[in-house]
Amino acid sequence: MSTVSDSAAAAAAASRELAVTDLSLVVLVGASGSGKSSFARRHFKPTEVISSDFCRGLVSDDENDQGASRDAFDVLHYIAGKRLAAGRLTVVDATNVQQESRKQLVQLARQHDVLPIAIVLDVPEEVCAQRNAARADRADMPRRVVQRHTRELRRSLKHLEREGFRKVHVLRGVDEVENAVIRLEKRYNDLSHLTGPFDIIGDIHGCRSELDTLLGKLGYVDGAHPEGRTAVFVGDLVDRGPDSPGVLRRVMSMVKSGNALCVPGNHENKFGRHLKGRNVQHTHGLAETIAQMDAESEEFRAEVREFIDGLVSHYVLDEGKLVVCHAGLPEKYHGRTSGRVRSHALYGDTTGETDEFGLPVRYPWAEEYRGRAAVVYGHTPVPNATWLNNTICLDTGVVFGGKMTALRWPERELVDVPAEQVWYEPAKPLATEAPGGHEGRPLDLADVYGRRSVETRTVGRVTVREENAAAALEVMSRFAVDPRLLPYLPPTMAPTATSRVDGYLEHPAEAFAQYAADGVERVVCEEKHMGSRAVALVCRDEEAARERFGVEGVTGSLCTRTGRPFFDDHAVTEEVLRRVRAAVSEAGLWAELDTNWLLLDAELLPWSLKAGGLLRSQYAAVGAAAGAVFPGALAALEAASARGVDTGDLLERQRERAADAEAFTQAYRRYCWSTEGLDGVRLAPFQILAVQGRSLAGLGHDEQLAYLDRMVEHDTAGLLQTTRRLYVDTGDPASVQAGVDWWLEMTGRGGEGMVVKPARALARDGKGRLVQPGIKCRGREYLRIIYGPEYTRPDNLERLRSRSLGHKRSLAIREYGLGLEALDRLADGEPLWRVHEAVFAVLALESEPVDPRL
Amino acid sequence: MFLTITTTGTPDRPATDLGFLLHKHPEKAQAFSTSHGRAHVFYPEASAERCTAALLLEVDPVALVRRGKGKGRGGAPDAALAQYVNDRPYAASSLLAVALSAVFKSALNRSCAARPELVDRSLPLRVEVPVLPARGGAALVQKLFGPLGWTVTAEPVALDEQFPEWGDSRYVRLVLEGEAQLAEALRQLYVLLPVLDDTKHYWVAPDEVDKLLRVGEGWLADHPEQRLIVDRYLAGRRSLAREANERLELARLADADDVAVEELDNAVDEDADTEEKPVPLAVQRRDAILAALHASGAHRVLDLGCGQGQLVQALLKDVTFTEVVGVDVSMRALTVASRRLGLERMGERQAARVTLLQGSLAYTDKRLKGYDAAVLSEVIEHVDLERLPAVEYAVFGSARPGAVLVTTPNVEYNVRWETLPAGHTRHGDHRFEWNREEFRAWAHAVAERHGYDVEFTPVGPDDPEVGPPTQMAVFTLRTSNENSNESGNENSTANSTANPKGAKAA
Repeated sequence: MSTVSDSAAAAAAASRELAVTDLSLVVLVGASGSGKSSFARRHFKPTEVISSDFCRGLVSDDENDQGASRDAFDVLHYIAGKRLAAGRLTVVDATNVQQESRKQLVQLARQHDVLPIAIVLDVPEEVCAQRNAARADRADMPRRVVQRHTRELRRSLKHLEREGFRKVHVLRGVDEVENAVIRLEKRYNDLSHLTGPFDIIGDIHGCRSELDTLLGKLGYVDGAHPEGRTAVFVGDLVDRGPDSPGVLRRVMSMVKSGNALCVPGNHENKFGRHLKGRNVQHTHGLAETIAQMDAESEEFRAEVREFIDGLVSHYVLDEGKLVVCHAGLPEKYHGRTSGRVRSHALYGDTTGETDEFGLPVRYPWAEEYRGRAAVVYGHTPVPNATWLNNTICLDTGVVFGGKMTALRWPERELVDVPAEQVWYEPAKPLATEAPGGHEGRPLDLADVYGRRSVETRTVGRVTVREENAAAALEVMSRFAVDPRLLPYLPPTMAPTATSRVDGYLEHPAEAFAQYAADGVERVVCEEKHMGSRAVALVCRDEEAARERFGVEGVTGSLCTRTGRPFFDDHAVTEEVLRRVRAAVSEAGLWAELDTNWLLLDAELLPWSLKAGGLLRSQYAAVGAAAGAVFPGALAALEAASARGVDTGDLLERQRERAADAEAFTQAYRRYCWSTEGLDGVRLAPFQILAVQGRSLAGLGHDEQLAYLDRMVEHDTAGLLQTTRRLYVDTGDPASVQAGVDWWLEMTGRGGEGMVVKPARALARDGKGRLVQPGIKCRGREYLRIIYGPEYTRPDNLERLRSRSLGHKRSLAIREYGLGLEALDRLADGEPLWRVHEAVFAVLALESEPVDPRL
Repeated sequence: MFLTITTTGTPDRPATDLGFLLHKHPEKAQAFSTSHGRAHVFYPEASAERCTAALLLEVDPVALVRRGKGKGRGGAPDAALAQYVNDRPYAASSLLAVALSAVFKSALNRSCAARPELVDRSLPLRVEVPVLPARGGAALVQKLFGPLGWTVTAEPVALDEQFPEWGDSRYVRLVLEGEAQLAEALRQLYVLLPVLDDTKHYWVAPDEVDKLLRVGEGWLADHPEQRLIVDRYLAGRRSLAREANERLELARLADADDVAVEELDNAVDEDADTEEKPVPLAVQRRDAILAALHASGAHRVLDLGCGQGQLVQALLKDVTFTEVVGVDVSMRALTVASRRLGLERMGERQAARVTLLQGSLAYTDKRLKGYDAAVLSEVIEHVDLERLPAVEYAVFGSARPGAVLVTTPNVEYNVRWETLPAGHTRHGDHRFEWNREEFRAWAHAVAERHGYDVEFTPVGPDDPEVGPPTQMAVFTLRTSNENSNESGNENSTANSTANPKGAKAA
């Protein structure tokens, strides 16, 4: 691996080519005046080079202040560490002639799992001295300093490799230094330029026959795929099974012909050591392999030895989107090169504990994995391959009588073949699930807590403030349903711009005008059901819920807008889900939408069902107080007037206020009715948010409503309620007038109002920005519940008109973007924490300070 | 917003003397500006036999809300602190008391320039308040006015006759009848209206105590409910300030979900300092926990669900515990705990031993790893059963302390609580309460799944029939089995040919 330059050969060449790994820590070694800084300037970007002189200047204002060296090197190491952590090539420009200083740099490289590389500038002492003398700032540097440097450098030369440098380039003399050329090399594990498509194959363990069957099923003919796909083996080709040599022969030939890649498993590693003559225990099925190899030729044995020796611990593939290794790999090790990276790739990590079988307990690295690259691995036999946090284990225990599994990439399809028999008895029963898979865990606090930014596809980065996350944490933890059953929370919605029409605070004319201004020509007006917002996750059966959401014994969920269960009683929730499910089945939507679950956005009625507490403590209370006070007050005023006391307009005004209060009571009463169990309960779905593998948030509202109408039609239980709608052309005054009339008619009969939405979902304005996904226009009577019984009195209305909508609109767009993001992540089968991150952010934003009456 | 005061008289002592006493002419309707709207005084009847003065306060609901303007962003009034849908314009609240004191100031101060001799005269009075908000209901109204010599009629007002199932509102129609000096009656109303209303005051002034003493002179000192009256009268100030600081985010979430903020922000019971009535049990529980922690040899301890910090406080008093971390999901609880511990004034050395963190056991949390012991005292019963596995994993699977102490109520013991109605849980937020068998089954399964041993300890009197009031499980992490020669994965080696004695046996 390392190259020590041979000075004789080097002198012959006019220009030496120095190989430098593209992610490494390059340590320049040379006396003061040997030309390190100009060498670094010639070959590397200025930002890649950190010089000790520069760091001395940073901490002491004097680049030559030797007294500041200790602090300067602290700074140098700190900067280098940050760069390496970020995966950037880094060059250290310091004399580095002492072993002590180099040792720290080698350690730093190891800490960040990159290769340390030394480039030595061995320039005659006189040259260095002359150069220093020519520089004003170094003119008075004593000659003995350079002498000492040169002496120390000479002494160091032969130790550099032993010190841990994986490449050592020595440039002797001024000419060699001047003429050297740097050649950047990719890391062995970096095959990100290969885009496949791939078929990644899990642990084989000598199961030759199953391997052939699987390759055949994947479409390989004689070790090659007619469509040019590449097989990738995750290792553990050998041991335990009936024909390890046969497996090796097949894999080696596919790798040789360029049809396959292979990473080593721990079993290859141990077998390789055996082949090299090391003393290893013949346990865990190695004895079988050794016995089978006895029949093989010495030549084949040598080939195997060479093959195993040349295996690279892991590969980064497909533009960095895919990482393959045997035992899994945390993100910080991807594409890195060090002993511990190799060790983790081959063996995984352990907690230091042992289980009841005396076997080490594996550290659940995948549970903590938050990387964007998919990690595909094997090593731990599980009954079924399942994704966890964008990682998947393909070892499905074929040798123990399980199956052999392959993953098609980028399709993410699993292909498997069953074991032909139990080839080897397992030491312990296969784990029932991939770690963490069953519990859907773990969600980590770091996924949601504190000030965070959530990247969304439609509205960019959305920031959540710490205090809002804190409130959301409390509600999410104490009151919400299981996060696995909460893939979405509805965004808030802005009302229409404030109306100037006499007697009205809100009026649809403004909503139509706003969409017209945004360039939205066709809008749909949907009746607003005055109930409580509900999100329903409806699975076809318990099996579907278990399979997609990992939950047991339920078929979905029914949540409020803060994620709380609508009903305390599970049985009631299940009954609602059962009725919805029946309607979906009757309407034939499972097959038509190719799904076995649906996520619905809906309104649950009556309002009094959930808001009962608030109704009693606030709305009905106000009505009761008003109802009880006015008769007496009016009678007293009438009596005073009757006996000639001039009460001015007081009596008339109190009569009006009494009428307002009565109207208020009538207003809230319309949204209340008694329910008995589910009798009287209605669910009005207005959008299908998502189905298996797809977000439907982008589906036009006419299509959406068509699906929903069919559901309502096929509901025999009387649960579902239709959403009335009217389409309006915002550019056509007659159509707009029809919309206004429709609203007046509906609200005149006590309706809450309507929501105006662009008929085509996800509409954007002329500048390409997302427009409001909906604007609510609330009825005049309904608004008494919001702005108080007497809000319609002219002086009140005038004051209420000064309301500011900016923050509400911005909040509505941000929450909408987060909701869409949650649905997209759900559709893409992203890990639970990614979906939850977006859902949590919606809840957090709901606690931002915004006028609650909007 | 409305009340009437009626008196009766005779030709030589005409009822219309009421006008002199109130300093308001019976033949005029007069209006006055007060801080919350216009107050009107008029007389529906005014004869020598019978005279009624009416006070009507027109509260401006918009102004009431907009008073808070500027607090939120965009000048929006902040959630829940002020509602446009407000009973203030209709109910005889503290606002009416303020108006009363402004409009009838001289009467309240026992001054009557025109007829000073009337002040000390006891009159037959009838005070009617058609809508009186009364927290504590008609019974409390009776208790407050009864001892002052009134014949009290207090009838509850129904919430909505169309929905009889909703029951009564918090309002009563109040009629007081009796002989009293007018000033005395007014002073009593001035204090007791807000006491019964018992919501936040809109009229906080620094000299409330002095004012109360002055107005209460002669009747408050001997009142059997004096304590309640004083507490409630002065309580509004404190809670108003606290609400403004602590509960806005939660209040907004409650608002968004159409529920009262108290339904979400209920982690801290302001009325009761400790968890339940017989305080000794809480003390016994703490003692049992301390003993178990000592037995486990723990020094660095997590109090998961630390609430108001009582246990953290006890742990800090014991130098055995070198590091104590209190974790709770409720910011309000943490604020109370911080105040209780005096964190801000604590010396550096002491402060270095204690940390309070907001955290949630519904999530794994790297900050909680590596401790000697964790205490979950009266915590699991606040978690929905279906979310308990996540909590279990966060504690036993992820944080994985050397010892875990779990206490929870023993539901069997509930029959021994005299005050607890059958079938009720001990706390409104308890999602379940287990009997001994259920708790043990759970604990054994947890121990099995995560490699702990578990033992059980009763806390409180161990009743032969129903067991102790509190049950405690002490989990101890099983130490690693060192005899396996396959263990010891040398990950840190930089050698490219890694040690093949790997972790894997599969």
